[in-house]
Amino acid sequence: MNNNSLVSIFDYSKEEVIEVLKLASEFEKNPNQDLLNGKVVASLFFEPSTRTRLSFETAIQRLGGRIIGFSDASSSSVKKGETLKDTIKMVDNYADLIVMRHPIEGSARYASEVANIPVINAGDGANQHPTQTMLDLYTIYQTQGTLENLDITLVGDLKYGRTVHSLIMALSRFNPTFHFVAPKELEMPAGYKVYLEEKGIAYTEHLEMEEVIDNTDILYMTRVQRERFAEPLEYEKVKDVYVLCNSMLDNTKDNLRILHPLPRVNEISVDVDENPKAYYFQQALNGVYARQAIICKSLNLKK
Amino acid sequence: MVKDKELQVSAIENGTVIDHIPDNQLFKVIHVLGLQNIDNLITFGRGYKSSRDGKKGIIKIENKFLDDADVNKLALVAPSAKINIIKDFEVIEKKCVQVPDSIVGIVKCVNPMCITNQEHVTTKFAVVDKENLSLKCHYCEKITDNENIRIVE
Repeated sequence: MNNNSLVSIFDYSKEEVIEVLKLASEFEKNPNQDLLNGKVVASLFFEPSTRTRLSFETAIQRLGGRIIGFSDASSSSVKKGETLKDTIKMVDNYADLIVMRHPIEGSARYASEVANIPVINAGDGANQHPTQTMLDLYTIYQTQGTLENLDITLVGDLKYGRTVHSLIMALSRFNPTFHFVAPKELEMPAGYKVYLEEKGIAYTEHLEMEEVIDNTDILYMTRVQRERFAEPLEYEKVKDVYVLCNSMLDNTKDNLRILHPLPRVNEISVDVDENPKAYYFQQALNGVYARQAIICKSLNLKK
Repeated sequence: MVKDKELQVSAIENGTVIDHIPDNQLFKVIHVLGLQNIDNLITFGRGYKSSRDGKKGIIKIENKFLDDADVNKLALVAPSAKINIIKDFEVIEKKCVQVPDSIVGIVKCVNPMCITNQEHVTTKFAVVDKENLSLKCHYCEKITDNENIRIVE
């Protein structure tokens, strides 16, 4: 098993998180460097994810690395019934690093135990997506100058939102204050609230954004999906409550930034895009720098 | 003279006595330890009045001593049980069952989308709550709690 793998955000200590964020900011200044010269990275996407895959592949290409892999399980030997273990053991022979997205939970952890080379988890089912968390943290770090003592508001689907859960766990090491804004059906699960209480981290819960956004540093928007509601009528009642419009931003702090893991549907209205506080597209670009930093750390590549 | 109606369970010369098994867990213990498959002389009973509350079961196994894996399995179904090690009809050691910090290969993960339920991967759990027996899967990170604990063969 390789200890340079990144499967879950807690595989990084607090110090390692900061180390990677600093490295990401160096890549932001200078993203084209030949650090991966002669290296082969396996991009194994057992389920499609254009956004994450292209972000990773850009990160690798700009560092001069070469890519092998597949973007869909149906175009791999998985279709013939090959086990994950055998697929990983085969790729272990060819590549220097594996980047993997797989629909089964725990698959990345298992792959990191089977392979001799490091494994970076690009999403395992509904479980972890640590590189998303790292790019979210980088974006916050970049725009606020720090991760410490921030006021963070999370809006939308807080029950099923994998990115939201991972982000609050990661930020819990930096003394945050959280505000959770969600309809009752999609409120933050008790397990996470208990975790925050045990750590002495303050949080408040609200049904509407307006109650908190004027004093917050980061507004993290997520999509409220119709499919998550047992009663279609319940969805109809709330679907517009969790939409951000430009007029709602009039009295917000200058340092406020609006984040969204994307894809965005209607929860951020288009008139917000021109507001300088809208930061979701830069956030996606930060994915390249964060992933470059994670890749370099996994391969112990010093500059 | 009224004969004592309590069934006398004969003492054993060498082996293990598992005492203070919660009454309704007796057969689960037998199953989890695979006792139905071994040739040793086994005596067991349930419904005994317990010095603590309620009723208890007892299992006596001749010439068998529980290894660590057995003790861990026992901890999953009867954490309050007591193990007595017998030599020459004497109790030479008493052990409390202890819930370990991690459990490998005994319990099935409750999450059907976990890799351990899709391929041949040995399960592994961290025990996050010893009192209420809550297990966190090393792979999918989901919690398998007390009522969902299923022992794999």
